[in-house]
Amino acid sequence: MHPETVHTHPDPNVDPHSALHHHGAFRVGIGGPVGSGKTALVAALCRAFAGELRLGVVTNDIYTTEDADFLKRAGVLDPQRIRAVETGCCPHTAIRDDISANLAAIEELEEELGQLDLVLVESGGDNLTATFSRGLVDRQIFVVDVAGGDKVPRKGGPGVTAADLLVINKTDLAPMVGADLSVMERDARARRGDLPTIFLSIAQDRQAVKVADWIRALLAHEH
Amino acid sequence: MTSALLLLADGRFPAGGHAHSSGLEAAVAAGRVSSLSTLESFLLGRLYTTGLVTAAFAAASHHAAAHPATSTAAAHPAAQGAAAAHLATPSGAVEGGSVPRLGDMECAAGSEVLLQLDEELEARMASPATRVASRKQGAALLRAAKMVWPGDGYGLLPQRRDGVHHAVVLGVTAAAAGLSCAEAALIACYSQVTGQASAALRLLGFSPYDIQRLLAQLAGQCDAVAMAATAHAGKDPAELPMFSSPLADISAELHATWEVRLFAS
Amino acid sequence: MRAVARVVAQADDAGVTRLTGLRSEAPLLLRHTPATTGPAVVHLLGGAAGPLGGDELRLEIAVGERARLCVRGIAASIALPARSGAVSRMTVTVRVASGGELHWLPEQLIAARGCHHLAMSNVELAEGARLLWREELICGRHDEQPGDVTVSTSVTYAGKPLLRQALQVGPSAVHWAGPGVLGGAKAVGSLLGVNSESWPEPRTAAPEAMMAQSEVASPTAVRMPLGTGPGWLVTATAEAAPALRAVLTPAR
Ligand SMILES: Nc1nc2c(ncn2[C@@H]2O[C@H](COP(=O)(O)OP(=O)(O)OP(=O)(O)O)[C@@H](O)[C@H]2O)c(=O)[nH]1
Ligand SMILES: [Mg+2]
Repeated sequence: MHPETVHTHPDPNVDPHSALHHHGAFRVGIGGPVGSGKTALVAALCRAFAGELRLGVVTNDIYTTEDADFLKRAGVLDPQRIRAVETGCCPHTAIRDDISANLAAIEELEEELGQLDLVLVESGGDNLTATFSRGLVDRQIFVVDVAGGDKVPRKGGPGVTAADLLVINKTDLAPMVGADLSVMERDARARRGDLPTIFLSIAQDRQAVKVADWIRALLAHEH
Repeated sequence: MTSALLLLADGRFPAGGHAHSSGLEAAVAAGRVSSLSTLESFLLGRLYTTGLVTAAFAAASHHAAAHPATSTAAAHPAAQGAAAAHLATPSGAVEGGSVPRLGDMECAAGSEVLLQLDEELEARMASPATRVASRKQGAALLRAAKMVWPGDGYGLLPQRRDGVHHAVVLGVTAAAAGLSCAEAALIACYSQVTGQASAALRLLGFSPYDIQRLLAQLAGQCDAVAMAATAHAGKDPAELPMFSSPLADISAELHATWEVRLFAS
Repeated sequence: MRAVARVVAQADDAGVTRLTGLRSEAPLLLRHTPATTGPAVVHLLGGAAGPLGGDELRLEIAVGERARLCVRGIAASIALPARSGAVSRMTVTVRVASGGELHWLPEQLIAARGCHHLAMSNVELAEGARLLWREELICGRHDEQPGDVTVSTSVTYAGKPLLRQALQVGPSAVHWAGPGVLGGAKAVGSLLGVNSESWPEPRTAAPEAMMAQSEVASPTAVRMPLGTGPGWLVTATAEAAPALRAVLTPAR
């Protein structure tokens, strides 16, 4: 049955920086609305970490295996390192309420490829409320874009307020859609307190340098 | 035991079920299910074929896990409660007293029967897509079950990288949760029917009230099939029901070839 | 009526298949059709009207090592009701030894209105045995609703279950004609192959690849590799008998 969608904010008493509760690779979830640039970010990170980290990618598509196929075609990562999970109409269920298929996909990658350093889990494009379970990922990035206007950070929602990193993508489009980046920055800070926000144009920064650095810092901290 | 029953039967139990429509998506695409009446006919047709089979295997697997020494002999309903205690954890349904451990002989007999049940169920699934979906869901259920109701019983299951069939894992899980054989069968029937119905809700945009009313109307038949299935617990695995649905096999294979689909099966 | 018929096929020292046992009993009449090459051929001549309610028919087939037997039908059999409402039963029991081969390609079973019929097959294959096994059920004659028929097929290979399935149609079965089971098709059937590459045309890939993969022949006919042994099964539904036969005809 379709689970009731209960939108809760992360428990403030839970230390989001607690030690990993699983063995194996560090896992980063990449969520956000449809078309905001999640797959583009995954591809950029694959380019950034090529030759540096042992990488795996799990995609959650709403219907097809389109994201996985895109990544395989893009040639940014050995196709063997990419797994697609089917989500039965409910992409947020697969990353939050019932993470079994994603966990199985990560384990399969680790079984087949041996030790990995980093697994990126892309959620299916959903709405502003979809966040990852902490049973699935160690950190999560929420990707929004400026094309929907500068109101998105103000609207909040668990993705915007609580993600470990907020990425505001497609800044190259800001002038065209009349989005004011400074408004977005102010609203993001108001919503997120000390949590970091990165402005990005993957169209121009093909390796998402700042996001890659953020992940590098986390990995250095873990080891 | 009722709360554990509801917990395991709940669609929110994190065992991967939400990604499967158990054939409903294919039936919708073929134009066979498009209205409440065709949905009802679909649900019943499958309930009395594949539903009965999976429920019987869930019941038989429960029996094999709960009292392995007698699994191929006739069922002993009176002993069931006590036997289920073998598998319940201290935090589970059994309070006080020492939990008796399974003897080596019993374990060997139980795991032999569970292996046979897994093979017998495999022979009842001609469609490879159906087999894969069943094993994937079995693996997902086992992952959840071990964390929710820890116990020794899961050790009796065959070791397979691709997972044990869902109905077999369901029976063992139900035993670990302190549920009865009949409850294992009921969960199998209920999850099939409600899983298909909720897929119909998502795919065809029915009113949720209409869907729930239909499910309420089918409740008696769901119970009846579960009861019939329970009667097979403890039999020789080869003798379990083997009703199949030609369209279930055919459309599962068609579905697996689609490039665009919403459900994994 | 009660009848027991039997066929025993064995290969002689030269490797030629001899029918060392052939027992007919009305209405189960078997006729050996001499053939110069290939497998021994036996035709099943059951009368057109029957089985009839109350009939208890048994056919036993044994195929020895390296022996090759092909059993064919002459005409469709029609399950008919008895006035008493008694059940008719046809049981086929088969054993094929290692290296032996059986082709079981009878004509259709037609479920007439009001019948109560059980068709049961138990096939035991030794490791290395080969099999082609066809079953076709037609739900009612022209413009007729069928009576109750259950067709059940149980096949083991090397001591393990290979295929177990049963289909129930008729007034006692629940929504069998609906979208969950037959979807309104009047004809349903299957062709099972074990250690055989004689699956129906067309051939789209190399035999090894085809053996391991499912193949969708039409929206109502698929060939599927089985899970527990070297077998495949074509399952199909169709509007009528000829269309069904077309997808269940093994390649030569
Ligand atoms: N102009 C511009 N386009 C971008 C940028 N990043 C991504 N895109 C484009 O935005 C579109 C959507 O990007 P994806 O990466 O597929 O978005 P997604 O979030 O993965 O989408 P879903 O998985 O469908 O939810 C593609 O056409 C990208 O090329 C950017 O920085 N600037
Ligand atoms: Mg994407």
